[in-house]
Amino acid sequence: MHAFNYEAPSTLADALKIMKAHGDKARPICGGTDLLIQMRAGVRQPDFIVDIKRIKEMRELKFNAKSGLRLGAAVSCIDVAENADMQRHYPGLTEAAHLIGSLQIQNRASVGGNLCNGSPAADTTPALIALRARARIVGPRSEREVPVEEFVVSPGRTVLKPGELLVQLLIPAPAPHSSDAYLRFIPRNEMDIAVVGVGASVTLSGDTVKAARIGLGAVAATPLFADKASESLIGKKLDEHELATAARLASEKASPIDDMRGTAEYRNHVTGVLTRRALTIAAERARKL
Amino acid sequence: MEGTTSNGKFKVIGTRPIRHDGVDKVIGRAKYGADYAFPGMLHGKVLRSPHAHAKIKSINTAKALKLPGVKAVVTAADLPEAANRLEQAGEMAINPHHLSLNILARDKVLYDGHAIAAVAATSPHIAEEALKLIEVEYEVLPPVMTVDAAMKPGAPILLPDLRNREEGDKPTNVAQHYQFKRGDLEAGFKAADFVIEREFNTAMVHQGYIEPHNAVGIYNADGQATIYCSTQGAFEVRSLSAQVLGVAVGKIKVVPAEIGGGFGGKTTIYLEPLSVLLSKKTGHPVKLVMTRSEVLRASGPTSGSQIKVKMGATHDGKIVAAEVWMAYEAGAFPGSPVGAGAMCILAPYTIENLQIDAYDVVVNRPKTAAYRAPGASNAAMASETVIDEIAEKCGMDPLELRIKNGVHEGSPQVVGPPFKRIGFIETCEAIRHSDHYNSKLTGAHRGRGVASGFWFNAGMQSSATVNIHTDGTASVVTGSPDIGGSRASMAMITAEVLGLPVTDVRPVVADTDSIGHTDVTGGSRVTFATGMAVYEAAQDAARQLRERAAKVWEVKPEDVQLGDGAVSVKDTASFEKGEGKPPMTIKELATKLARTGGPISGRASVNARGVGPAFATTLIDVEVDPDTGKVQVLRCTVAQDVGKAIHPSYVEGQMQGGTAQGIGWGLNEEYFYDDKGVLRNTGLLDYRMPTCLDLPLIETAIVEVPNPGHPLGVRGVGEVSIVPPPAALANAIYRATGVRMTETPMSPPRLLKEMLKKRPGEESQSAAAD
Amino acid sequence: MAKKTLVETNINGEAVEFLCEPRQSLLECLRDVLELTGSKEGCLTGDCGACSVLLDGRAVCSCLMLGVEARGKNIRTVEGLANGTTLHPLQQKFLEHASLQCGICTPGFLMSATALLERNPNPTEAEVRYALAGNLCRCTGYDKIVRAVLDAAKSMKSGVSTSRAA
Repeated sequence: MHAFNYEAPSTLADALKIMKAHGDKARPICGGTDLLIQMRAGVRQPDFIVDIKRIKEMRELKFNAKSGLRLGAAVSCIDVAENADMQRHYPGLTEAAHLIGSLQIQNRASVGGNLCNGSPAADTTPALIALRARARIVGPRSEREVPVEEFVVSPGRTVLKPGELLVQLLIPAPAPHSSDAYLRFIPRNEMDIAVVGVGASVTLSGDTVKAARIGLGAVAATPLFADKASESLIGKKLDEHELATAARLASEKASPIDDMRGTAEYRNHVTGVLTRRALTIAAERARKL
Repeated sequence: MEGTTSNGKFKVIGTRPIRHDGVDKVIGRAKYGADYAFPGMLHGKVLRSPHAHAKIKSINTAKALKLPGVKAVVTAADLPEAANRLEQAGEMAINPHHLSLNILARDKVLYDGHAIAAVAATSPHIAEEALKLIEVEYEVLPPVMTVDAAMKPGAPILLPDLRNREEGDKPTNVAQHYQFKRGDLEAGFKAADFVIEREFNTAMVHQGYIEPHNAVGIYNADGQATIYCSTQGAFEVRSLSAQVLGVAVGKIKVVPAEIGGGFGGKTTIYLEPLSVLLSKKTGHPVKLVMTRSEVLRASGPTSGSQIKVKMGATHDGKIVAAEVWMAYEAGAFPGSPVGAGAMCILAPYTIENLQIDAYDVVVNRPKTAAYRAPGASNAAMASETVIDEIAEKCGMDPLELRIKNGVHEGSPQVVGPPFKRIGFIETCEAIRHSDHYNSKLTGAHRGRGVASGFWFNAGMQSSATVNIHTDGTASVVTGSPDIGGSRASMAMITAEVLGLPVTDVRPVVADTDSIGHTDVTGGSRVTFATGMAVYEAAQDAARQLRERAAKVWEVKPEDVQLGDGAVSVKDTASFEKGEGKPPMTIKELATKLARTGGPISGRASVNARGVGPAFATTLIDVEVDPDTGKVQVLRCTVAQDVGKAIHPSYVEGQMQGGTAQGIGWGLNEEYFYDDKGVLRNTGLLDYRMPTCLDLPLIETAIVEVPNPGHPLGVRGVGEVSIVPPPAALANAIYRATGVRMTETPMSPPRLLKEMLKKRPGEESQSAAAD
Repeated sequence: MAKKTLVETNINGEAVEFLCEPRQSLLECLRDVLELTGSKEGCLTGDCGACSVLLDGRAVCSCLMLGVEARGKNIRTVEGLANGTTLHPLQQKFLEHASLQCGICTPGFLMSATALLERNPNPTEAEVRYALAGNLCRCTGYDKIVRAVLDAAKSMKSGVSTSRAA
């Protein structure tokens, strides 16, 4: 690995100072489960690593029934997976966090880091998109919020400017009779990067869909919000026909490539399959609430 | 057998003692190759070609040498030229010239990852940085990546001086053509009621050992070098390294460290000569360890292959003719296991009329190395699925068909004399009687498949000594690195012969100076051949103990017996009226050794004959997701004829481990190269081996048909279990989906594609909900 | 070139300090600096688990942690599992069940299994497999590993001391 400097500031202000001083030569580290691999491969070569794990706002997970969830960017996937509020109110995002890599990876990696890595195949991103999550970004002089579906701009690249840090993910409180689900396709049962990832959230009013959002992963250059597929469900009953339509629209939204994890043809097909399955699970969960 | 209890039953053999090296391994104390450190040790790294096929125009190491902390850089210019001809080395023949070129390329690079130079520096990070400063000028050539492409007329030639007998002086990529014939093929097919013809493609796969290659080389001023490395064969490392370095074998001592998996892939050399070369140049010990990426790119995976099988049978299930065309990827240099594959492909069956044409083809991939029953799994994927089709066509149970055509004692082999006593049919019967086979498989999208496999096993050379200590315990010293628990079996055999508790026998794996020549741990030969040497060495020690007791008692040696750990005088007429001689334990006798002639050491060396081949039959249940093509293995049972299970737990372990590898081979493992011949999946994320969550418990049925060629009836057990699984999976997938796969791995995208072909009109809709 | 920095941490219950460059992983520090070679390098990408150690009770891949990140943490490695010369029940069961063939993956499995049983003393086979999914074994097919972990859970629950002197 190339040589670099390392610091672990204890406040956000200190972290921002270091980031500002080193511009695009500084990179934050959380779990390190992507960054260290990239550094060994020479893909990323920061001169300065800023360890954000000591920063209070980054480490907190706070759920409020009215204002929703503030998920610190450094909260580990396992802490998300084991959190009772997460399991109850956002089971899809929770299962996405619990699917990443292995337990060893989940014990270090964070949902925030998963997003900032900017991979189109990140497992938690489609689930965040489905939940209408926003990214709270703090820079040296200002802060802003960006919808998660706009956060990744190309493989490995995000909207973060030099000096900015993702501090929290903000997720609205679930409306009554809402729930979510995340499914991904991998060839083994664990350890693989998603070949297709689908996050779905639905809000039901009786049998009718009041709101629905579908997030797609690993089927385009960035994670996607399947807008047409999501809208097609509003006001409808979630029957065979509607599921088939949503699945088809989701497949059409996807623009996957052929690679060593799957062909484009395969990914298009499985997008439809998982969309249908994820919606069904989300609806089943929503009905129970 | 000397040393058994009076009722002839074994006391130690067949039990399950805790292995002697076990504690060290569970507390993290055992030293594997990468764990070694020496004062003043430097760290080495290897520069590797980014091109699959290119001429090397120049190499400039000046900048690298200037980097602070760098102590030496070597290239092929630092190695002598080696003979360009085939020589026998272990199970496979090697060409020293090709071996040397694989260690460090000279004029050409022949695969992505081909070694070009090596650096020694004060830290591995500095060594890595130094690699970036080595300037290499390439002239890139078109890569040849498949046997198809390599065999086409006009294909780019990899090795300009490669010739084969049939093409005379024409440059070629076909290194060898083997042919095996028997009977009258044409007449055979004419007599068939039906003929099935299929073509198969299997992808290149890697042994997947968790421990990367490593070597620490220490060159002394007196010209003696020592290599510490994780290897399956210290003597092999010694002789191959000596060849590459151009020194006498006796100048190199190899100390085998504990080894973290090999499966055949560590029976050759990569880093070892480099470690000595760098140590010579720097005057320091030098350690080299491969990264996972280097392991995948630049060690020795096994061949991908193209296999065409044509088989004719009569309606009553008799196979009457078979024709096979098979071409295996050798990698950059000749030496794929296609010959072995050809000898295995129809080995379990008596087929009167057959012809097998097998081609060893060079391609721009790493030089292939042995992988557990090399060549046989590819072959079985082809033959065992066609046999399944034949069974279906005849309306026969696939096990029934195998039994009907199966080989037994006296049946002919493809090459060599007729089989002696073997247990193929017994493995089929064992499956037929298994719980698994007799349980119903219910549920949608599920299928059950069976397949069989064959492997010759090897004999070869082993040496052993058994030393009796002054307290009556013993050590048994061999030169066979322990890759799977064999050390325990050596101690058990010794303990059985001497009548000692197994905890009183200490097994030692020795270096090349401390034990006689011993061939590799591979070929399923350790328990067989090294076990044979151990058995004979223990017998030798036993004989000496009896002779020593005779001396003490002043009786004839033939009147002394050794049993249950004690010597005693046999009842003979001469002693009817005299005093009895109370038995003396080995412990007691040991205290008398110094005064009665000196220490006792038994020794033996064998070039083992009487090898017993191995057969396995494997039954697998799968469930296939109809909408994604994902295969879940539900249940698996493997039956294998092991001759005699010395330590049943480790025999089961071999059966389970080989099965797991075969399942990975069949489902998800493959090398992905891009169109430039660069390896895309250089890590364990995308080289997908089964995890704990991907497999069920693996049921084992140990079949014991004793091998008449071994004193304890042992057959090699290590390899054959990897042979049936890909075909067994394919046969199970067929019953679950109606699709017969002819490619491995049968990964979800491939399987789904074939499944959708069978379901017209479904591609335009999403598949049905669960 | 970054200077070496002093890291103060706790390894296997003992206060430890060592010097390392920021670019040296925790695995490197354990093996090359502290000579604790029980944790193994298999892939450097977190895909094989051979380097697994416990960090504040959680299994992590030490190849994906920097040595400097160990500051103030509690780390447990395979060298700290046994109690003096008395083996941990998991170590004992691995030996009894022949759960190791080459043994290179064994330290990683022992650490992952320890973390599992400390949190879930009565796991099902499926839970064991999930917890160990991040540890690759190429020799055993996992069968005897899973059996050993389930057996160790049983013996730890019943409080029977089955560990034998090392």
